[in-house]
Amino acid sequence: MTDRLLRWVLRIGAITSALIMLLILFFLLLESWPALQQITLTRFFTDPSWHPLEAAYNLLPMLSGTLYASIGALLLAIPLGIASALFIVYYAPPHLALLYQRLIELLAGIPSVVFGFWGLITLVPLINQLHPPGASLLAGILILTLMILPTITLTAHAALLAVPDEFQRGAVALGLSRWGVIRGVMLPAARTGIVAGIILAAGRAIGETMAVLMVTGNVVQHATSLYDPIRTLAANIALEMAYAMGDHRGVLFVSGLLLMLLVMLLSGMAATLSNKHHA
Amino acid sequence: MLETVNRIWRSGYRDLFAQTIIYIAVAFVCVVFIWILSDLIRGGIAHISWDFLIESPRDAGRAGGIGSILVSTLLLLLVALVVALPLAWTTAILLAEYVPVTSKFGITVRYSLQVLAGVPSIVFGLFGNAFFSIYLGLGFSILSGGLTLACMLLPILVSTAEAGLRALPDSYRLSAAALGLSRSATLFQLLLPAAAPTLAAGLLLGIGRALAETAALLFTSGYVERMPGSLLDSGRALALHIFDLSMNVPGGDAPANASALVLVALLLGINIFAMKLAYGLQRKRII
Repeated sequence: MTDRLLRWVLRIGAITSALIMLLILFFLLLESWPALQQITLTRFFTDPSWHPLEAAYNLLPMLSGTLYASIGALLLAIPLGIASALFIVYYAPPHLALLYQRLIELLAGIPSVVFGFWGLITLVPLINQLHPPGASLLAGILILTLMILPTITLTAHAALLAVPDEFQRGAVALGLSRWGVIRGVMLPAARTGIVAGIILAAGRAIGETMAVLMVTGNVVQHATSLYDPIRTLAANIALEMAYAMGDHRGVLFVSGLLLMLLVMLLSGMAATLSNKHHA
Repeated sequence: MLETVNRIWRSGYRDLFAQTIIYIAVAFVCVVFIWILSDLIRGGIAHISWDFLIESPRDAGRAGGIGSILVSTLLLLLVALVVALPLAWTTAILLAEYVPVTSKFGITVRYSLQVLAGVPSIVFGLFGNAFFSIYLGLGFSILSGGLTLACMLLPILVSTAEAGLRALPDSYRLSAAALGLSRSATLFQLLLPAAAPTLAAGLLLGIGRALAETAALLFTSGYVERMPGSLLDSGRALALHIFDLSMNVPGGDAPANASALVLVALLLGINIFAMKLAYGLQRKRII
């Protein structure tokens, strides 16, 4: 009797958890629907500018800002993250490896608003000395790099550990040097896992809001250099939701939907990759 | 074995180069980490006192403390956990104990949670605003903020609890069945107590995630900095306080820095404790 009751309680809990995802999608669609009916999709790319109060909704500058910042951060974080993982697995003595791994895990626990605050009081003035105004794409890239570094490191670490021992032994027995083993055997064998981690990190970079909002200056424009201020899609939502009404609010929900679909696509890709890896 | 391997490996020119690059990268990451921590400590430590922790903010946060902010943060956290924990743990128990790994139902639930884990926090904020604040009419309140946080925490709470239950050896379940225990008795008397440390570690990770959250609370729990009178009052979380002080309040840098130090200290403490729980458990199992 209690067994059956328990099973029902559990099932209801699990179904509720699974439904939250759909609820979120449903409400995003519901809120963006009126705007999507009023505004044809092409206008998000062809409107002259982003002036929502005058009904001009060009999302392209924000899209380019998001992409520049994310790609820049990935370019920096991928080598740093993979080097960190190699250090933990192959180069460091055991106690140092453990210490460094903990440090990376703690880095992952620092909240984005604290990264943003540190960027604002330390990085932005530094960049300002180099090239005003300081709050810029570069600051955003550097802060994002720190935020996605742990994701890349920890997934690459797990992927390297999952490579069977025989691979390493065989390669060593063939007389390959240490770097030869890593480059020729271990990294290719762990490739899918590492790529899945990078895709997850890309999703995190695209969706990151507060830290980026605090250091990038939030000017709606296509950046022409690293020192130009930019505004990302996520930051745009956070900045304008407070006073947005009508179609403007709808467009913000559309950009939220866009962010969510992008991230879903990326996490779907990461999931298929790691599933294929396990199979 | 590694020693002999090391001897066999010839450290050629390329090896040395790769090694140098890797050491430089690692040193760089360490330096930046220490740089951030020392900046936060140097800028914030002078401002922190007992009064700062218990007083309410005055003059938009430039003076006074973070007492009311801490209370709001705690209430947000409580609401989130009271809602998320039962849901997450029932889901985890079902996934780990009752449905086979390959069942359609299990895969669907797991996939849905995986997607949920990747949703950016600002999107949770939009959803919380549309659903809890406006559709359910909760307004800008601690309740709607806490409920939004609960949705965010679900994936991490479920995945840690499920992993914890799966890590228990099957012999537990078999022996319990052989002794004639019912499945619910096995669950409550044996499996859940045995998995308690991992459940606690997951709980701590969830608390850390909730404390760090800002974007999801911007449009759900609101900005009001005074002491909340009820769960339907708006309340400002600590992370949001840091954001507001540093972006919108000129001259708010010193209290913002002190608040950031408090938040980071809290989070580091929680995360280290969670790691201790999780890794201590691993070591016990190996012995």
